[in-house]
Amino acid sequence: MLFTSRRRALAAVTAVAISGLVLTACSSQRGQEESEAPSDVDTTFVFGASGDPSSLDPAFASDGESFRISRQIFEGLVGVEPGTADPAPLLAESWEQSEDGLSYTFQLKEGVTFHDGSAFNGDAVCFNFDRQNNFTGVAQSASMSYYWGALMRGYADTGTSIYAGCEATSDTEVVISLTQPFAGFIPALSLPAFAIQSPTALEEYNADEVGGTEEAPTQSEYATGHPTGTGPFKFDSWEPGAEATVSVYDDYWGEQGQVEKVIFKVIGDTTARRQALESGSIDGFDLVAPADLGALEDAGFNLVNRAPFNVLYLAFNQAAEGLDDIKVRQALTQAIDKDALISQVLPEGTVAATQFMPDSVIGWNPDVTTYDYDPEAAKALLAEAGYDESNPLEILFNYPVNISRPYMPNPEQIFANLQSQLEAVGVKITAESNEWGEYLDRMQGGSDHGIHLLGWTGDYNDPDNFVGVFFGAETNEWGFDNPELFSALTEARGLKTEEEQVPAYEAINEQIAQFIPGVPLAHPVPTLAFDARVTEYPASPVQDEVYNMIVLSE
Amino acid sequence: MLRTIGRRILLLIPTLLGLTILLFFWVRALPGGPAVALLGERATPEAVAEINRLYGFDRPLIEQYVTWLGRLLQGDFGSSIQTGRPVIEEFARRFPATIELSVAAMIIAVGVGIPLGYWAARRHGKWSDHSAVALSLVGITIPVFFLAFILKYVFAVQLGWLPSDGRQDARIDATHYTNFYVLDGLLTGEFDAAWDAVLHLILPAIALGTIPLAIIVRITRASVLEVQNADYVRTGMAKGISRQTLRGRFILRNAMLPVVTTIGLQTGLLISGAVLTETVFAFPGIGSFLARAIFTRDFPVLQGFILFIAVLYALINLLVDVSYSVIDPRVRVQ
Repeated sequence: MLFTSRRRALAAVTAVAISGLVLTACSSQRGQEESEAPSDVDTTFVFGASGDPSSLDPAFASDGESFRISRQIFEGLVGVEPGTADPAPLLAESWEQSEDGLSYTFQLKEGVTFHDGSAFNGDAVCFNFDRQNNFTGVAQSASMSYYWGALMRGYADTGTSIYAGCEATSDTEVVISLTQPFAGFIPALSLPAFAIQSPTALEEYNADEVGGTEEAPTQSEYATGHPTGTGPFKFDSWEPGAEATVSVYDDYWGEQGQVEKVIFKVIGDTTARRQALESGSIDGFDLVAPADLGALEDAGFNLVNRAPFNVLYLAFNQAAEGLDDIKVRQALTQAIDKDALISQVLPEGTVAATQFMPDSVIGWNPDVTTYDYDPEAAKALLAEAGYDESNPLEILFNYPVNISRPYMPNPEQIFANLQSQLEAVGVKITAESNEWGEYLDRMQGGSDHGIHLLGWTGDYNDPDNFVGVFFGAETNEWGFDNPELFSALTEARGLKTEEEQVPAYEAINEQIAQFIPGVPLAHPVPTLAFDARVTEYPASPVQDEVYNMIVLSE
Repeated sequence: MLRTIGRRILLLIPTLLGLTILLFFWVRALPGGPAVALLGERATPEAVAEINRLYGFDRPLIEQYVTWLGRLLQGDFGSSIQTGRPVIEEFARRFPATIELSVAAMIIAVGVGIPLGYWAARRHGKWSDHSAVALSLVGITIPVFFLAFILKYVFAVQLGWLPSDGRQDARIDATHYTNFYVLDGLLTGEFDAAWDAVLHLILPAIALGTIPLAIIVRITRASVLEVQNADYVRTGMAKGISRQTLRGRFILRNAMLPVVTTIGLQTGLLISGAVLTETVFAFPGIGSFLARAIFTRDFPVLQGFILFIAVLYALINLLVDVSYSVIDPRVRVQ
């Protein structure tokens, strides 16, 4: 702290020396710590984004940077309970599911308007759902409407969509029907991809005209410059590669909060983002590297942890030699000391994983079979499987380099740690690393890999979004065919209610634990860092962070 | 002279054609494809295949090349896979930033380099000469990326004297017409915005300008040394021409020939240095975008941007040759 104030003082002195005019504009927010009066608060919040949004139309986005901006501009029928991943009312005040589980009746909030002044009502809701279901051509590709395609399993013209229709029974009531039960429907609606957008603006700015040619799909006029929602902030401008700006929507139905303007400044490099915070050009950034945590905290920056909603795992590719033997998989599992891994290389607050989903997800099993760290037992199991000192188990260990993910902030260190643990029980490791894109290609595009590191951050509170994604079908990543598990997951996905889901997924988690497709390692804590003036930030496990909740002190 | 220029431009055509071949196959040889970078860690093989089909990456390489070249000739560079916007638009949007940075870097390199080189030559053999030579050697050998990082760490992060990233303070609400921020600030009368843009240019321009500066110092020094010992200078001196005239009209003007060439070549090379500098300073020009395109395997951007830069480099070279012949009439005769 001492260090920071000295640097600030120096900055202030220099500012005067170099130019009284300009730098005072920047240093005034940083230099006047003593004044706490609200009138002195700089209400512009600058966030360091790692990249541009891919689209300002949330229906055509699936990446974090797009959603970060979407969440300020748009709202969906369903939101989340603050600080959790559990669904909560947002534009819909309540909902009811029909007996057969196929239709949902939503009661809508009254007096809500879109940023273009048009009214939010039942017709607007149906317009949005019908729009996505009727996407054609390029708009259907996974790089565009990924979530609709994945969750509704198709579109009107593919004949596979489970969306049956939407009916606005009044201005404040809509009924959405499905062709088959989908227990994850309500939590899925909390995704920005299902946000309600202004039908007037969507039509005026040709939101569905994505295309150009099939070889070179382009975003619509709407998606690059006219996003219109009901959220606390309205869109101002987007200068690709540099920044995007939103500012308060005066007629917002909810609490407006203190922040009047938000600038998402694009800083691609991780180190550059940290330095931008240190030099005062941004107020905060996401996914702080574990190695920077201590230094930033010592320098007086505010660190905010998200409750982890992710899983880091070590996968066993059963198509590789030896790994199809359950004894070998169990031996490798018992050779791993998760606590040592966490305390040595993962951020503070990280919890060890017992299954392939965090404990806040429906169907997490408190009594699942676990395999404690026991190197002697591991050696014995390996011997039973026919591997000893003269004939050691030789496996390929793949890991990515030069990448940081929320569930895997430092793959190189995680690899080195696990490698030494596995070698301690006599396993002979051949290490192979790749750059991220190439790595994913290799893990998912073919079977030429052994054991490898990967993970996942959940999108919304639904077990299918974790175990269903991993083990729902035969894949190159895991290289096994387990029809029993696949069908259990397919059945569970079609359940009607949460009550039915819980026992089904508890059983599935036990089934996975017995089968050992890999080792669920940990749920690493993702950390955000802020300037000392940011006193409150609404951290959310699913990154549902809306900036009208931010509290600033300078 | 016009014929020479015309011939040079014609010669550009086969050169660029050769470059498109090299470029296309180099880009496609990069491991990993754009689909995975676009779709993330849970991309299904079907989705990857769909993206590859959409962009034509599933077709034979030769066919892809011919298609690309055909479109290129019609002025269609395709669209960025990451942003979905036309490559030309992406380039045009970012180019002013890189130009502004390059100009600032060259102002530093030329403004400091020529006087320093001249000064060193005038003090030939003295300690000041030796230290100028030693300093320029350091300037040439220090990696741009490292220098950029150190400058930023010391002057932006630790001392807080200058901004650490971007082109302008995000909180400044400036109007932009030309996208040359300094110029925009001056045109609109928003002088604080212009000054802020200048402050944002200082560190990256020093980082980017250091290598050309060091080279210009060495070339100027060597060239001045050579010219001031030339026969005609000695004759001039014997004839009693004033020292002032001698320096200005004879020595400096003649010594400038190789310096101009160097400045031209270095200007072309600045763009490659900009990839590193812009990344370190999060400067939103073509360099940082190109760096990201390599990372995300954004093939259309890589191909388009590198081709633009190559054309630019060729044009700068042409300009150098023309200005060379203006300075030295003998070149025209040859």
